[in-house]
Amino acid sequence: MVVRVQTEDFDTGAEIARMRLMNPGIGAVVAFVGQVRDVNEGSLVHTLTLEHYPGMTEKALAAIIDRAKMRWTIQDALIIHRVGTLQPLDQIVLVVVVGSHRSECFAACEFIMDYLKTEAPFWKKETTPGGARWVEARGSDEAARSRWEN
Amino acid sequence: MNQPLRILYFARLREALGTASEEIALPDGVGDVDGLMAWLAARGGVWQAEFSGSRPIRAAVNQALVQGTARIQGGDEVAFFPPVTGG
Repeated sequence: MVVRVQTEDFDTGAEIARMRLMNPGIGAVVAFVGQVRDVNEGSLVHTLTLEHYPGMTEKALAAIIDRAKMRWTIQDALIIHRVGTLQPLDQIVLVVVVGSHRSECFAACEFIMDYLKTEAPFWKKETTPGGARWVEARGSDEAARSRWEN
Repeated sequence: MNQPLRILYFARLREALGTASEEIALPDGVGDVDGLMAWLAARGGVWQAEFSGSRPIRAAVNQALVQGTARIQGGDEVAFFPPVTGG
């Protein structure tokens, strides 16, 4: 398992290659990359600043991977999440799941992202032409997570 | 337990309160997260506005998400923050 919270950018291709080459028994690699959008709630976004809770954030991400591993037959997973000030088109988050078969990896990757968005302590503040504002949590993210609860 | 309680505030809440952290003696009669929130609200002003229940607040004790009924004691690290928005 790899969990990293960092200000610097990450090399998605290199991270995928590392996960792939460390696991000769796997036949599937699923990756999700989140990037900063240039628009949110109808406003242009100039910058997006991410804050986290050092210590708890890393624990929460590791716990989410543990739950995914209990639920699906996957070999390994990686989460890299950036913090600090980002701009549109910057990468924010990378999730990579590797395993024997694609269906379990796709599901586990979605599960990890849905829990990350609702339980991992990160907060976004964006600057727009109208000033700075904290991004509000979305009900649709809660709904996406709750579908895994039964 | 004479150890102080460490309280952390994050994101919009940190800005609204004007503080990121504080250490206090566990107040008399406070045994859980809901009790601590009521005690903080009783400070009045912005504390009342933020902790009276009108705005959603999440809590963690010793870096694990908890409900308001979670017990707290001296030496604990308690964090309050708005609903999370990562990813």
